[in-house]
Amino acid sequence: MDTATTNAIEIRDLVVDFGSRRILENISFDIHQGEIMVIMGGSGAGKSTLLRCLLGLKAPTSGHIHMLGTDICHATKTDLYKMREKMGVAFQGGALFTSMSVAENIQLPLREHTNLDENTIQIMTRIKLDMVNMLPHENLMPSELSGGMTKRAALARAIIMDPKLLFFDEPSAGLDPITSAELDELIIKLKKSMKMTIVVVTHELESVFAIADRIAILGDRELIQIGTPHEIKASCDKRVIDLLNRTPRESIVDSDAHLKRLTRNAQS
Amino acid sequence: MIKAINELGSNVLASIEQIGRTFNLLVIIAWKLTQPPYQIYPIIKQMYFIGARSLTVIIISGVTIGMVLGLQFYNTLERFGSVGVLGSAVALSIIRELGPVMTALMVVGRAGSAICAELGIMRISEQVDALECMAIAPDKYLVAPKLVAGILSVPLLNFVFNVVAIGGGYYVGVVLFGMAEGSYINGMIDSVVWSDVRLGLMKSLIFGMLITLICCAKGFYLHLSEHGSKGAEGVSRVTTDAVVISSIAVLFCDFLIGAVMS
Repeated sequence: MDTATTNAIEIRDLVVDFGSRRILENISFDIHQGEIMVIMGGSGAGKSTLLRCLLGLKAPTSGHIHMLGTDICHATKTDLYKMREKMGVAFQGGALFTSMSVAENIQLPLREHTNLDENTIQIMTRIKLDMVNMLPHENLMPSELSGGMTKRAALARAIIMDPKLLFFDEPSAGLDPITSAELDELIIKLKKSMKMTIVVVTHELESVFAIADRIAILGDRELIQIGTPHEIKASCDKRVIDLLNRTPRESIVDSDAHLKRLTRNAQS
Repeated sequence: MIKAINELGSNVLASIEQIGRTFNLLVIIAWKLTQPPYQIYPIIKQMYFIGARSLTVIIISGVTIGMVLGLQFYNTLERFGSVGVLGSAVALSIIRELGPVMTALMVVGRAGSAICAELGIMRISEQVDALECMAIAPDKYLVAPKLVAGILSVPLLNFVFNVVAIGGGYYVGVVLFGMAEGSYINGMIDSVVWSDVRLGLMKSLIFGMLITLICCAKGFYLHLSEHGSKGAEGVSRVTTDAVVISSIAVLFCDFLIGAVMS
């Protein structure tokens, strides 16, 4: 099978250090074209660092990331920018420009990268806003939006150029269950209608199993497991089971014993 | 003792790194400004913010400083019977020294701090990363218009400052103390030569570039500074640093330019 045509992203032996601290160690996996890959893991597992590497915002210590055939770890700035024109990113906090209205935020990539006339830009903006149910709010400023509206506006901006790859950082974070479920529906709808490869970074279990075609679980600096939601649920790895069952750490469960141990260590 | 030397060494290295990064930003922007698309509208928008919206503070400070100069020079010159050179004294002081310096310091306080804080907030709220991910070069999109606007606005503001400050001196000398109008104006016209105007213009161009560059670099590279992980506190710290460093840089460069061009 020709992997170049089926893999949108290939990650090979990725190592990331922050100073002397190792964050990710020998991460290798593929993300297939047209699938929704969810990268999950506990806090500090390296999810956000991996996402920043995928976006080309953080250079790894070693390893390769091939994205639609381009090695973004060793690409020139020009090649990286060309690559980025094929991808959309919805950041956790939205990262909308506060001096622009929702519509102006969404139009920005079109104005910078195309020579489309004003009428076409307006039509495209309205289509994308309608896809994320934000059409009535196009003239609002980012400061006037709720958390869910901000994320939907950020999503509209991410898909305005019809990207081949869509990255979504913590789509459900800080949202109520209904808004979160609506956003999950929206991600699935986008995958079907626009045939995009979508990479979602999250630790919200409900969202993960609602949207994922495959799941990659990070923990202890490494990739613990990768597979379909069914395979992940059937995993025998204790770390995966703990994550799925939301098992608290020992220090939280038996705080007295943990405190005694800490005190003993301090005394010795 | 060794700890103190270590700390001093790391601070010196960090400062050298910051200076290098700042001038690297200047070179990158200078190169990118020659490449299309040209950012005309954003430059005008920034000129409105840095220039037009600083007019009030420039006019008030210009009039005040002109009046103070007029008053002090009049009292001093009167002792030597040389009140007739008041116009020359006020005009030369304003055009050669006080105009460019005070304009730059006012712009640092009003617009420089705002520019630094804006870029710092954009950095910590991932807006700069968002631009990168949209394949829009944030240095060209965010910093270049501010830098060009600063270089163009400060000399224009300096001109306004000079005019109103000379007017302030005129008010004190001619209107309050009854000095002959012709003496004030003719003295000024006779003594101010093209090289004085050129020196003032040169200074204000350099100060305009320097203060916007420092303020932009401080905010834009917030994530690389020691305050990068401190969120809102980090923004406030780099903004304070930007204002202090810009002000010192203006005063130091004023001396350097004066020494070289005099």
